[in-house]
Amino acid sequence: MSALQVIFILIAATTLGAAIMVVTARNLVHAALWLVVSLFGVAVVFALLNASFLAVAQVVIYIGAIAILMIFAIMLTRRVASEAGSQVNPNWMWAVIVAGALFAGLVWTLAGWPGFATPLSEMSSRADPLRDLGMALVSPNAYVLPFEVASVLLLAAMIGAIMVAWERK
Amino acid sequence: MIPLSWYLILSAGLFSIGLFGVLARKNAVAILMGVELMLNAVNVNLVAFWRYRTPEMIAGQAFAIIVFAVAAAEVAVGLALIISIYRRRNTVVADEIDMLKL
Repeated sequence: MSALQVIFILIAATTLGAAIMVVTARNLVHAALWLVVSLFGVAVVFALLNASFLAVAQVVIYIGAIAILMIFAIMLTRRVASEAGSQVNPNWMWAVIVAGALFAGLVWTLAGWPGFATPLSEMSSRADPLRDLGMALVSPNAYVLPFEVASVLLLAAMIGAIMVAWERK
Repeated sequence: MIPLSWYLILSAGLFSIGLFGVLARKNAVAILMGVELMLNAVNVNLVAFWRYRTPEMIAGQAFAIIVFAVAAAEVAVGLALIISIYRRRNTVVADEIDMLKL
């Protein structure tokens, strides 16, 4: 087993363990902190996949913005955050069954797919994914339209969030 | 060297854990956290397929960036809704938010 495989297994175990803590932690602030750990594990997975920009964006957007926003929301809706008693539905066993069945089904379906064990293809040495990505996002022949639509969506969501959370006197 | 299958299994596990969070948690903020985990699992899948199947095309990464933007918009609006509901009803438990049932 190569060093890279050991690193991957450690990262994957951390990510999944932290994710399980996110959905089971009784204290919501702890759940949000475990979410940060899990998101960081995903950022490392992106780095392992040569997606350097996404790894940085994951840390900046998910950990820097989304997780912090979650913690703010938990603090603003306190009182219930560390509420005693169960944090899960009475019928949580069904959720376990559905999630377990989905995982088993996904793995079973993927295992039957011939590309499941695709070996890693070498990146050609002159390829620069970061440069390609930057060009693709602003090139009219590639993804400039989805990129602009995403920015309009973000603007609309920002205005919508301000309107919804506005405290009317 | 890591085979593609490992990434796919990691992603399937992350997605299933997120789904459990969405289905089982009472608190609306915790449900949003489960949604975040699911979106992250999708992103891992997209980037893994990009790296292993079509590294010469950048589509996988571009799509993952769009998912980032949608996730940020979703969290902003979702948390605004939760805070607004908390002001009116003084609860964020999903079971107790049932105004549409009346």
